[in-house]
Amino acid sequence: MFEYAPAPESRDVVDIQPSYGLFIDGEFADGTGKSFKTINPASEEVLAEVATASEEDVDRAVRAARKAFGTWSAMPGSERAKYIFRIARIIQERSRELAVLESLDNGKPIRESRDVDLPLVAAHFFYYAGWADKLGYAGYGADPRPLGVAGQVIPWNFPLLMLAWKIAPALACGNTVVLKPAETTPLTALAFAEICRQADLPPGVVNIVTGAGETGAALVNHPDVNKVAFTGSTEVGRQIARSVAGSGKKVTLELGGKAANIVFEDAALDQAVEGIVNGIFFNQGHVCCAGSRLLVQESIATELLEALKRRLGTLRLGDPLDKNTDIGAINSAAQLARIRELSDAGEAEGAERWSPACSLPDKGFWFPPTIFTGVAQSHRIAREEVFGPVLSVLTFRTPAEAVEKANNTPFGLSAGVWTEKGSRILWVASKLRAGVVWANTFNKFDPTSPFGGYKESGYGREGGLHGLEAYLDV
Amino acid sequence: MTTSLADVASSNVTLRTFLHGLPGVDRVGADQRAAMLGTRSIKTTAKAEAIDLAIRMVDLTTLEGADTPGKVRAMCAKAVHPDPGDPSVPKVAAVCVYPDLVAQAVDALKGSGVKVASVATSFPSGRSSLDVKTTETAFAVAAGADEIDMVIDRGAFLAGDYVKVFEEIVAIKAACGAAHLKVILETGELSTYDNVRRASWLAMLAGGDFIKTSTGKVQPAATLPVTLIMLEAVRDFLATTGRKVGVKPAGGIRTTKDAVKMLVLVNETVGEGWLSPDWFRLGASTLLNDLLMQRQKMATGRYAGPDYFTLD
Repeated sequence: MFEYAPAPESRDVVDIQPSYGLFIDGEFADGTGKSFKTINPASEEVLAEVATASEEDVDRAVRAARKAFGTWSAMPGSERAKYIFRIARIIQERSRELAVLESLDNGKPIRESRDVDLPLVAAHFFYYAGWADKLGYAGYGADPRPLGVAGQVIPWNFPLLMLAWKIAPALACGNTVVLKPAETTPLTALAFAEICRQADLPPGVVNIVTGAGETGAALVNHPDVNKVAFTGSTEVGRQIARSVAGSGKKVTLELGGKAANIVFEDAALDQAVEGIVNGIFFNQGHVCCAGSRLLVQESIATELLEALKRRLGTLRLGDPLDKNTDIGAINSAAQLARIRELSDAGEAEGAERWSPACSLPDKGFWFPPTIFTGVAQSHRIAREEVFGPVLSVLTFRTPAEAVEKANNTPFGLSAGVWTEKGSRILWVASKLRAGVVWANTFNKFDPTSPFGGYKESGYGREGGLHGLEAYLDV
Repeated sequence: MTTSLADVASSNVTLRTFLHGLPGVDRVGADQRAAMLGTRSIKTTAKAEAIDLAIRMVDLTTLEGADTPGKVRAMCAKAVHPDPGDPSVPKVAAVCVYPDLVAQAVDALKGSGVKVASVATSFPSGRSSLDVKTTETAFAVAAGADEIDMVIDRGAFLAGDYVKVFEEIVAIKAACGAAHLKVILETGELSTYDNVRRASWLAMLAGGDFIKTSTGKVQPAATLPVTLIMLEAVRDFLATTGRKVGVKPAGGIRTTKDAVKMLVLVNETVGEGWLSPDWFRLGASTLLNDLLMQRQKMATGRYAGPDYFTLD
């Protein structure tokens, strides 16, 4: 038996301080709220104590952003670009450190933070830096104006990448930002604050306020915020939509998903299996666009499931910092409880549950890769977003049935199609109501490509040319 | 199942229908999977084990027009004692030579347990008559070869004459007698991954004991994705027919890192059932010295210069 010896990435590259303040107007400052601890979900070890921004702190941050907006928005785009390019380069230079920090605070495997998250983070800053002096060619008139102060609230699943998705286009368009990272994953956002200082970004252009839901609410509801950008749960998205209604604030919401990954009988099977695994087990399934509903054509269902189970047997779950780990830790106790609750409901409703033989570490939050077969459209695990490594398998007989089942969900963020037939890809893609449709691949991201949802998956688009619209007064 | 599958070769139409009915291979996805497995980090004890296993899997090869009996004898000595200063280094699996040098190799390796493999069938191009190919095979076997590495007729394969390729393999297999048959697909000339999968199945259906990527004379040779697809083919063939076939990547595997990546590919695609020289070989010439160098580095913590490893 070929056992891989532990191959841990060194923690020495990161220097975590015992406590962190808020980043306002270019300086780190204490918060007036009650500070909280952020932990490593793989070991439950406390990593640092982090300040909570109270309403007054948020107000200070918004005022700092407002003050900075004048000079930042008046600066020629080519000058703003220099700062953003500089940030992108510093991220690349510090990418190993940021990857380790992300894996420590989030629980995701280092292979993912190193090979997916960090390269995409840098790519987003590079991409939008390129737009800063070309906004007149984006199709919004000769000199489109920024909105003002953007209040941005991001989730814990891709902490630094979601920050990049929010901050890069905002700055390129000439806005200033106040960003609140998720309470379980604030550390890379705070490291980003240092990077802003390292890049000599003018004070107040980027402000980071940490805290939980109340801090986010204070930011979203602040009267001097011109734009609200939120990525997170549909439930919170609804509250935000309600609270900003009629305020004149521009809003983009990236919310939940329940993506269908449709495998036709003529698919390239081995690659489809990889795509299914990547679709649902990437980042422990903590992905809003995860392919959590597998729709497989009946004629190949048995064969495909057998191959999928065999493949799941090779997944390596454990220490996120081990370079050979495929599946890391669940981000928090609360999320683990939710995954357990929904999985138990799946069993109770009559679906058959399967996981590979897989020992879970004693400490930390862990959930084995899990497949449910015999799932009906009416089961909760086929309707609700689990946001964990849990795949519901459904079957279909005809392409029309596949499309019908795929669209029969309140969400509409993403979908996947697997077939060797090009015409079928185009036909299915044109029928699916989902913001992204991947063909013969899944969970592929690129800064040039717009991303966003239909229905309860939210509105507005991030990324690409389309992503500029959300940060321009057009 | 075996008998009904044999029927697919009864005509070119049935054989074509069968081969083209195999699931396709998506190039982007296959490349991505192979690249991901290439990022596995094999360190310390795992690396030491992998190096010894890789040494045991090497088919130490010399296939040059300038080969001499002396050169072959020297290589055979190296095959038995790869590092004369360290008896703990295992023997390689086999040596691989041209047919006219088989007798020398057999003589030099007598009693050592190292097998003698010979290329045959107008290697490397395969451009000759079937008679010539079977005669050459019989000649190598008569000289004592334990294993025959044949090449398929790529021209016939690309022209869609699958039956010709099939029947040739069957004929060579018959000429092999008790010798093991490795079928070289020359994947660098097959141009698509779909063709690699089809050629793999064709070779297995015709009775090949091993499928081998390349002659080493054509680039690209043993790439990770091509080896991945061939491993998937032997896995599926076992599940379908109950017969197990080995895999031999050859050509371009020069470093320990390359070899370890191959072992990771085997481990995570077909599992430990193939992690033995009986089922997986590495066709190589310069690889062995790099394995020895890394092995010594693991043991002593230092790299010795290249002059401390013999060139044979």
